[in-house]
Amino acid sequence: MTTLNGTIGSRVGVRPRAVIVGIVAVLGTAVISVLTLGTGEFPIPPADVVRTLFGQGTPAQDFIVNELRLPRMITAILVGMALAAGGAVFQSLVRNPLGSPDILGITNGAGTAALTVVILGGSSTQLSLAAVAGGLGAALLIQLIGGRHGLHGYRFILVGIGLAAIFTGISGYLLTRGVQMENARAMLWLTGSLDGRDWQQAGPLLGVLAVTLPILLLACGPGLRILEMGDDAAAALGVPVRVLRTSALFVAALLVSCAAAAAGPVAFVALIAPHLAKRLTRAPGPNLVPSLAMGALLLVGADWIAQHAARPLPVGVVTGIVGGAYLVWLLTTERRAGRI
Amino acid sequence: MSRLSGTGMTLAYDKRVIAEDLSVDIPDGSFTVIIGPNACGKSTLLRALSRLLKPTAGSVLLDGSDVHSLPTRQVAKTLGLLPQSSTAPDGITVAELVARGRYPHQSLIRRWSTTDEQVVTESMEATGVADLADRNVDELSGGQRQRVWLAMALAQQTPLLLLDEPTTFLDIAHQIEVLDLCAQLHETQGRTLVAVLHDLNHAARYATHLIAMREGKIVGSGRPEDVLTAELVAEVFGLPCRVIDDPETGTPLVVPAARRRAEVAHPAPAVPG
Repeated sequence: MTTLNGTIGSRVGVRPRAVIVGIVAVLGTAVISVLTLGTGEFPIPPADVVRTLFGQGTPAQDFIVNELRLPRMITAILVGMALAAGGAVFQSLVRNPLGSPDILGITNGAGTAALTVVILGGSSTQLSLAAVAGGLGAALLIQLIGGRHGLHGYRFILVGIGLAAIFTGISGYLLTRGVQMENARAMLWLTGSLDGRDWQQAGPLLGVLAVTLPILLLACGPGLRILEMGDDAAAALGVPVRVLRTSALFVAALLVSCAAAAAGPVAFVALIAPHLAKRLTRAPGPNLVPSLAMGALLLVGADWIAQHAARPLPVGVVTGIVGGAYLVWLLTTERRAGRI
Repeated sequence: MSRLSGTGMTLAYDKRVIAEDLSVDIPDGSFTVIIGPNACGKSTLLRALSRLLKPTAGSVLLDGSDVHSLPTRQVAKTLGLLPQSSTAPDGITVAELVARGRYPHQSLIRRWSTTDEQVVTESMEATGVADLADRNVDELSGGQRQRVWLAMALAQQTPLLLLDEPTTFLDIAHQIEVLDLCAQLHETQGRTLVAVLHDLNHAARYATHLIAMREGKIVGSGRPEDVLTAELVAEVFGLPCRVIDDPETGTPLVVPAARRRAEVAHPAPAVPG
């Protein structure tokens, strides 16, 4: 005797709730983007911003919106998406909502490498390349140290936290060796900032996302969903567990370090965007698409707050404060619910 | 030759060798149960048979080919495994979990078909969880949850299904419920089942083929009434016992010797002084 109404297919596909969360986040991102594009030394009303975006603005508006502010906005959206995607994959790999690349050494690896370039007085291109290399290097270390017998949740977390601590130590040492000018530049970079970002940052990041997102969504996504049930269960279902874990780790590390290369290691977005997406959709799996939308929304929102603060702040300060508060709130509520 | 067998296997975790030169044959169409004391290597054997553990020597043959030389998806269509520790992802519903059993049958292009639909529905009906389809798995009782996992394994539609201690953590009623379900699936669907069980009497009652292991070696295999003797239990578990006929089924029933009564019947000599 069954009480099934409707097909199984209709209940195992994408949940309507997830679609709604995604759409709302995208709309929210669009609205805040328009508001932010009108913000600055020359305020422009939202209606004019929209008109200008569609090529109907005055030459002055066109210059301010499309030339000066839009590249920075696009960078913000792409950085948010890249961090969120990387974070969603990490949380899925370690099966822990706190398993984010911020905490597991990837961001710190990118930071330490970039800091080295700053102290040595390298160019901003060198800095970006160093950040990518540092993040991927950290992933390689995690894989080499932790992955010898298969990279599982706890081993992964412990190795990652250890690496993060080491990188933080090295960064601290580098800062004591730098002279004041360089240190100011280094600290600003380490905080994460969108100031002065243009197509030079947005372009490469867009390229990386265009290549990696299809891989993540189509090739890794279904396997990551199965991997949540445990490595043994996933292997029994025909998931190539080791290959998937390794490739997902490096793709995620690449995304996070490219985001860091573009805007510095903006704190907490990689941790909170996928977590928030999961909480809102209430769906199992890495929730990649809602996470992407959520990441863009978070970064654009943080940027809006940063620009409307009493003094303009680097965006990393805002994500750090908001993200930290969310984490504390999360720890207390989850603790109460007995989940962690 | 049967579809699933292992020959001359050395099974080891790192350098810790669990079994050496172990050979085993799973009779087609059997409900094979592996018994043995803790750490005798029975779960390790199951892991090797399900290609989760690669033997350092010897090989596992599935339909005549080394299981490690076959594409993992192809193995997953022939050989299913219900591991001891599986986690239901947060917020997953019964239907969603069972549908994940269709993973090896799906691909980038073919995501959800009428066959998937039908198989998932049938698997839920066969395990009696169809009524729970929209419930969250984490709201279910232990027995219900184990039936959902079984439904997922069934949806994989493998002719061979391996179960690692499917009754652990269940109370006695749910243990019987799950084993009855396994026996029923074995009889009605003609699948070959291999299970690791702790309870000897359950093993004797449900198995058509029994494998007894001790210290990485197979010390007896065959029909339960032939294998499960008082001598074997004494040898394998070091447990003095009597084996009588199960009044329900006529299968062997292991009754451990009572130490107290044995002492009363044969009192120890009094210590002088």
